[in-house]
Amino acid sequence: MPTLVSHPDEVRVLSRRFGQGAANIDKYIELDGYKAVQQAIAQGPEWIINTMKASGLRGRGGAGFPTGMKWSFVPKQSEKPKYVLVNGDESEPGTCKDHVIFLEDPHAVIEGTMIAGLAIGSKLGFIYLRGEYRYLLKIVEKAVADAYAKGFLGKNIFGSGVDFDVITQTGAGAYEVGEESALMESLEGKRGVPRIKPPFPAVVGLYGGPTVINNAETIASAPHILLMGGEAFAKLGSERNGGTRLFGISGHVERPGVYELPMGYNLKKAIYDVGGGIKDGRKLKAVVPGGASCPVLTADEIDVGLDFDQMGKAGTMLGSGGIVVLDETVSIVEFALRTIAFYQHESCGWCIPCREGTDWIKKTLTRVYNGGGNKKDVANVQYLAENMLGRTFCPLGDAAAMPTIAFVKKFRQEFEDYIAGQKAGTPIITLDQLVGAGH
Amino acid sequence: MSEIANTIFSPELAARFDKLITIYPMKRSALVPMLLYAQDEVGYVSDAVVTEIAERLDLLELDVRNVLSYYSMLRTRPAGKYNVQVCTNISCMLRGGYEILNHCKAKLGIGHKEVTRDGMFSLEEVECIGACCWAPAMQVNYDFHENLTPQKCDAIFQMYSEGKGRDEK
Repeated sequence: MPTLVSHPDEVRVLSRRFGQGAANIDKYIELDGYKAVQQAIAQGPEWIINTMKASGLRGRGGAGFPTGMKWSFVPKQSEKPKYVLVNGDESEPGTCKDHVIFLEDPHAVIEGTMIAGLAIGSKLGFIYLRGEYRYLLKIVEKAVADAYAKGFLGKNIFGSGVDFDVITQTGAGAYEVGEESALMESLEGKRGVPRIKPPFPAVVGLYGGPTVINNAETIASAPHILLMGGEAFAKLGSERNGGTRLFGISGHVERPGVYELPMGYNLKKAIYDVGGGIKDGRKLKAVVPGGASCPVLTADEIDVGLDFDQMGKAGTMLGSGGIVVLDETVSIVEFALRTIAFYQHESCGWCIPCREGTDWIKKTLTRVYNGGGNKKDVANVQYLAENMLGRTFCPLGDAAAMPTIAFVKKFRQEFEDYIAGQKAGTPIITLDQLVGAGH
Repeated sequence: MSEIANTIFSPELAARFDKLITIYPMKRSALVPMLLYAQDEVGYVSDAVVTEIAERLDLLELDVRNVLSYYSMLRTRPAGKYNVQVCTNISCMLRGGYEILNHCKAKLGIGHKEVTRDGMFSLEEVECIGACCWAPAMQVNYDFHENLTPQKCDAIFQMYSEGKGRDEK
């Protein structure tokens, strides 16, 4: 079981029920559960969307799209049924926040799904969890069953005259399915390959109906926002980045864990204060700030606020909030190779630049790692990655290219020295492991 | 009574599938969960599993195989009774994921996607399993084991060998 952690700098909104047994429906109700949805029914769709807009909440999956605006894009009138889809296919390396939400506060996800449904006029919501999260799926299934037993889900919810149902769904192992259109394909019983956009899901989504798809953390934020008010939530964060979010601090820190911090919180403080500093008193080398797809920051670049805009200005992304900390012993050549090996493995093969690009970068970096690299390899890796950017249906191609470009640009000297025979860092992977079995 | 005569699944699973295909706006939506739940019971997605699921969903076997080949958790050959899945992705790698993998290989005497002779364990190197803050981590079937050390792995294998491990499905 995940270990819960805490730090005085945390601002507990989303995590305020963690550790209190809120997976139990009576406990959840005691802790203000299912109040927000009743408020949502009383106030109506326009109020919900306005409150969400005022909250400044931006998508916690990584793209950072304003949630209230996303909900407002769904057409009011639709011949086809509308759907709410909760993305719990949490697979971005470095990210385990939804894991904790499903474990500690599953009803918040259910209540958030209902609120999204009320906002857009949908009668059916899906909560999709990655296949590996079976024990969490059972927790969510139990929570859904308990909500039905209380009459909170189903016909005429809270006397509103509105029906709302929730279906839970398991995946079966695929990073790509975390992409919204691929997730819809998977939920329709197909291979998880992306759809071209437009049309966007808000217009043509699941089963061809207008669909709101949100990350599980985004959805779980909604009840808290309605209860505390949009402006109050917004004020907790930084400019244009409302509220708090769950950050997972992992890698070489003394106190790894999932912490809830205000948007805009300083990254350096997150690592040195909240995360307890670099493990075993070593020096910091680099940080991958928001899951594996985010461009790496060097130790000199981490005095920056953790929000979508400040991270963008710093040349990287806030992403999924998974902060991965690398100490001075890490070989960037090896780390870059492990990263691209992941994306090559997970590329669904639908778009050629991604399928071929990830494969060639992996092959080239493997040769470099193996001691057979030549001087042109570094430039070639960068060239390949730059030519993947923006040339694929879904962002997986970008997710593979962006960190690769940052590794070779910011640590170019280390790559060149490595090729010249000076190996930095402590190698971990043996080559047969990387190209042989698992990948 | 199952809707399929001579079902290969247990009465419980057959009944579950009968219900599952009715809950979605489109019954094909049951395909991915059905493949995984069938695998949980049968041990892998056998030809007979493919045939019956195709029949239940009014799909071609080809449609089912097309989906089956996409998802990394679905397998077409038996695994061990306990499938050990060691994560070596970045957060785990930084905290000794490869050391754990190598230890498991040595301890179990098998490599990636291999099964021990007694059929008790199989081993797999897997991508991120969403336990990054409790790294290094692995799953044995669906159960998570976190903050691993080689010693802890030994104790876990011992536990499963004695039939005392959790085995949630």
